[in-house]
Amino acid sequence: MSLPMFEIERPTTLGEALRILSEVKDSEPIAGGTNLIVDMRAGRHRPRVVVDVAALRDLHGIEVTDTEVIIGAATTIAEMLESPILAKHATVLVKACSSFANALIRNRATVGGNLVTAAPCSDTAPALLTLDAEVKLASVRGMRRVPLEKFLVNAFSTIRRSDELLVSVRFRIPSATATGAFRKMGLRKVSCMAKVDVAVMLDGDSAGRCTNARIALAAASPVAVRARAAEAALVGKALTPEAIAAAAALTAKAAAPRAGSEYKLRVVEALVRRLLAEAALALARGGSSA
Amino acid sequence: MPKKKTALRVNGRQHELALDPNVSLLQALRDLGYTDVKNGCEIGECGACAVLLNGTAVNSCMVLAWQANGAEIVTNAGLGMLGKPHPIQEAFADVGAVQCGYCTPGMVISTKALLDRNPNPSEAEIREALSGNLCRCTGYGQIVEAVQLAASRLQAERLAVAAMPTASLTRERVDEGSRSPDRQLDPKLDRGRR
Repeated sequence: MSLPMFEIERPTTLGEALRILSEVKDSEPIAGGTNLIVDMRAGRHRPRVVVDVAALRDLHGIEVTDTEVIIGAATTIAEMLESPILAKHATVLVKACSSFANALIRNRATVGGNLVTAAPCSDTAPALLTLDAEVKLASVRGMRRVPLEKFLVNAFSTIRRSDELLVSVRFRIPSATATGAFRKMGLRKVSCMAKVDVAVMLDGDSAGRCTNARIALAAASPVAVRARAAEAALVGKALTPEAIAAAAALTAKAAAPRAGSEYKLRVVEALVRRLLAEAALALARGGSSA
Repeated sequence: MPKKKTALRVNGRQHELALDPNVSLLQALRDLGYTDVKNGCEIGECGACAVLLNGTAVNSCMVLAWQANGAEIVTNAGLGMLGKPHPIQEAFADVGAVQCGYCTPGMVISTKALLDRNPNPSEAEIREALSGNLCRCTGYGQIVEAVQLAASRLQAERLAVAAMPTASLTRERVDEGSRSPDRQLDPKLDRGRR
């Protein structure tokens, strides 16, 4: 089955890519193509021009500064899995990447594509939400940085304007004691879409009180979300089984599964309870990496 | 729609093509006669169309041919043929890891990508590396065994070659010419973009 016809541009610089996206009507960036090509075959998406940004140097690499980790948007999931920087500073994200689709897809799919597509079941989004990630959007009009939470609007909907390109995603290096955890529930062990994704991040003080909490979900609502009420309920409290159970119940309230998928509310509650307990235990043992 | 000039190096052979922009790498390869690259689902679910693209195993149905312009591509047939099979292909046959055979070229490619990076993988690592390749016949047991057998044979071969005096290193396998360098983590990736 062939793809519908389109024109293709292969800019060699970021500036050229942005000019094409700004000047050419119905143009759409492509990198790994693992979403766009499937959507084009199915007729869900019909760009007149696809702009191949996969080879743009500005969109590649994982960089660490004194305060931040910056991931180029065209970095593949496989590259993130192998990154010593992410292994050191963001194991929650590495765990999300290890559950992402399958080995062949991970070699093509990019973090930028996963976020821009804004599928309800994005695996990188909940992990990045617990890291308070920001995305950087570029256009001929300039750059803007937006919290990922604001960037994701609804299922398959973001605030990206059609002339903008997502160039990178960044987050502050988590504290040395912060501890993250990620779990995906799908229909199979591998190569499946999430039925529920849960990511958590906890930090605490020497007295065992929670000083910071992040809880994020995917596939249990139209787009990945944070459970802010549950986070607020944990901060300042000792991480007791009761506090964790209460936060898990509050997290389920932040979920909004589709009709017929109400079972996900129970899955969310159970997974959040387990992950918070895991993270709290690791924290009590001195905290591992995030 | 103007055709796109596309240069593909497949199994060591150079092809200069003029393709419509919407031609997938899978379609381009099959039209060139590389029909060992199988067309299964065309949505990245099955892995039957897997090829090595600059040493990395990818679904060729999800790559636009023009995105592969200038790339080095290796298909299952580029590793070895009936008269001179690659040890991976031999192991698949010896263990009985092939039933209908449709998934096998993709399985062999994913195995090659794995063993190039990790010559002695655990069973879990093998299953992870083959996670993008569906087989609807065998239940995967013999496929995993085949990868283990191939790994041990390739290791024995490397040891034998290493034990040979340098002057007698004349042996060459079919895939040596088209083998891409081991795809290890590029240190530049983590060094940042500036």
